[in-house]
Amino acid sequence: MLKQIEGSRAMAEAIGLCRPEVICAYPITPQTHIVEGLGEMVKSGELKGCEFINVESEFAALSVAIGASAAGARAYTATASQGLLYMAEAVYNASGLGLPIVMTVGNRAIGAPINIWNDHSDAMSMADAGWMQLFAETNQEAADLHIQAFKLAEELSMPIMVCVDGFILTHAVERVDIPSQEAVDAYLPSYDPVQVLDPTDPISIGAMVGPDAFTEVRFLQHYKQNLALRLIGDLAGEFKAQFGRDSGGLLRTYRADDAELLVVAMGSVNGTIKDVIDEMRADGIRIGLVTLVSFRPFPIEQLRKVLVGRKNVVVVEKSLAVGMGGQLALHVGLALRNVAGAPQVHSCVAGLGGRPITRPSLHKLFRRALVQPWEGTHFLDLNEEIIAKELHHVRKVRRSGPTAENILRRLSGSEPAHLPAAE
Amino acid sequence: MFQVRFHGRGGQGVVTASEVLSVAAFLENRHAQAFPSFGSERKGAPVVAFCRIDDKEIRLREPIMEPDALIVQDPTLFKAIDVCQGLKRTGYLLVNSNRPLHELHLDKIVKELPAGHVLTVPATDFAMKYIGRPLPNAALLGAFAALTGVVQLKSVVAAIHDAFPAEKIALANIAAATAAYDAVNAQAAA
Repeated sequence: MLKQIEGSRAMAEAIGLCRPEVICAYPITPQTHIVEGLGEMVKSGELKGCEFINVESEFAALSVAIGASAAGARAYTATASQGLLYMAEAVYNASGLGLPIVMTVGNRAIGAPINIWNDHSDAMSMADAGWMQLFAETNQEAADLHIQAFKLAEELSMPIMVCVDGFILTHAVERVDIPSQEAVDAYLPSYDPVQVLDPTDPISIGAMVGPDAFTEVRFLQHYKQNLALRLIGDLAGEFKAQFGRDSGGLLRTYRADDAELLVVAMGSVNGTIKDVIDEMRADGIRIGLVTLVSFRPFPIEQLRKVLVGRKNVVVVEKSLAVGMGGQLALHVGLALRNVAGAPQVHSCVAGLGGRPITRPSLHKLFRRALVQPWEGTHFLDLNEEIIAKELHHVRKVRRSGPTAENILRRLSGSEPAHLPAAE
Repeated sequence: MFQVRFHGRGGQGVVTASEVLSVAAFLENRHAQAFPSFGSERKGAPVVAFCRIDDKEIRLREPIMEPDALIVQDPTLFKAIDVCQGLKRTGYLLVNSNRPLHELHLDKIVKELPAGHVLTVPATDFAMKYIGRPLPNAALLGAFAALTGVVQLKSVVAAIHDAFPAEKIALANIAAATAAYDAVNAQAAA
């Protein structure tokens, strides 16, 4: 049924249709309206056979999900930003134990400096924790990916994060087709666990494993993610057969067939990039897009197939590995490792801490890739004047003060307060 | 694509207004995208919300920088921020005020925009009369429908009905919207 609905509410309805049995959440910032919506649905009786557990922290939220999942329940939770960091230990436990928990990450920046806005730093910080990670481009896809995620997670017995741009998607009201219960039931079978804590047939889950077996357990985790590379595409195909629309998959392309310049990006920024590509195509520029849905597993082969034979690739990403550069660009480079005649990869970090990624800035960026391609990491819309002033200040004054406060003062037009008058 | 930017203060329901407008457009089988400008919510602080309306899927995720229409819930905002920033030369400006335009010192912008595209409507007065609380949203949306014709009044009415589960409050808001719609049309006819 077509609805004009807030992204978080649409996701809550889609998750409800998946018949979760335990939902645990820490309801304080950083959190989205998703668990609020699910809480209301459980309380009103709209979502039956489900226990909603309010817990005291994100660490507890995922720990309860782990317990519930081990006991054979379909378990769900959601978080973002510092909340995901607070979960970190349990994040690794969920994947190491092979428990098919589904978790929404309403992507936000990580402090310090304190910032509540959108970027991909949180998901990236947990990219190597053994969970699958799928990124949604629209709220329709965000809703659909949750339905696919339960099936994918349970088929492989491996947890999955559905990554959805905080605010930009979670707080946007737009058109979403919410499927019927019958259609979701037909797509998603009830949870049949590969391991379960059952008093009538007791087992233990979570053995201590020494050097003789640790590598094998890890290898099998990696092996399962490799299986997911095929399964993700298959499940997206089944989804299309059931629901009639394209959602998910490892990656998809837009106007890429004859493109000399390909852009690679994840999440909601793909929409803005598509508009820019249409405008540049109208000017005769052969530019296209690769929307990466799956970051874990990372589809190296599939990406290589799309990228090889192009001249230039621009990676636009909302995250930064400080001291290294863009993580996604690093991954894209990996997909082209040892490939003869591989395209040049140009990395751009954009939208950190919620800075809007605008069409004019993307136009400039993509045109620059054609005429003046760059090495290293480019920061979109970086305020170079402020940076220069601050660097000058830091060189001149030993006790130069806190960076964030200095930048804020400069932006408001004043010099850092503690600066000696003579400076 | 038609893009609307809402300016108000925290607590006035700016975000709700943008969402209700998006529902009105949706009810006309159009695509619409409503979203707030994200910040730390504080009562009384300047707040901005956005609504895009189009006949095809809306993919754009940047804030609205060149709006086709501005809806200003609180005229004191003109002194605090550059409300009209980026407003298209063909655009509309709708201001909640019971004072005439020249008293709000908006003569410059009136000259820049097409005749009849700038309007004040006493939305808070309508709200006090019909709802009993100073919530100008519904009245402004009714006035917006009359001023621009981008959505029909009946869609605005249906969207307001959807937004308020309590029938009495919904009907009061609908009355305010309808009164403002009629007032704008009467003003245009005069």
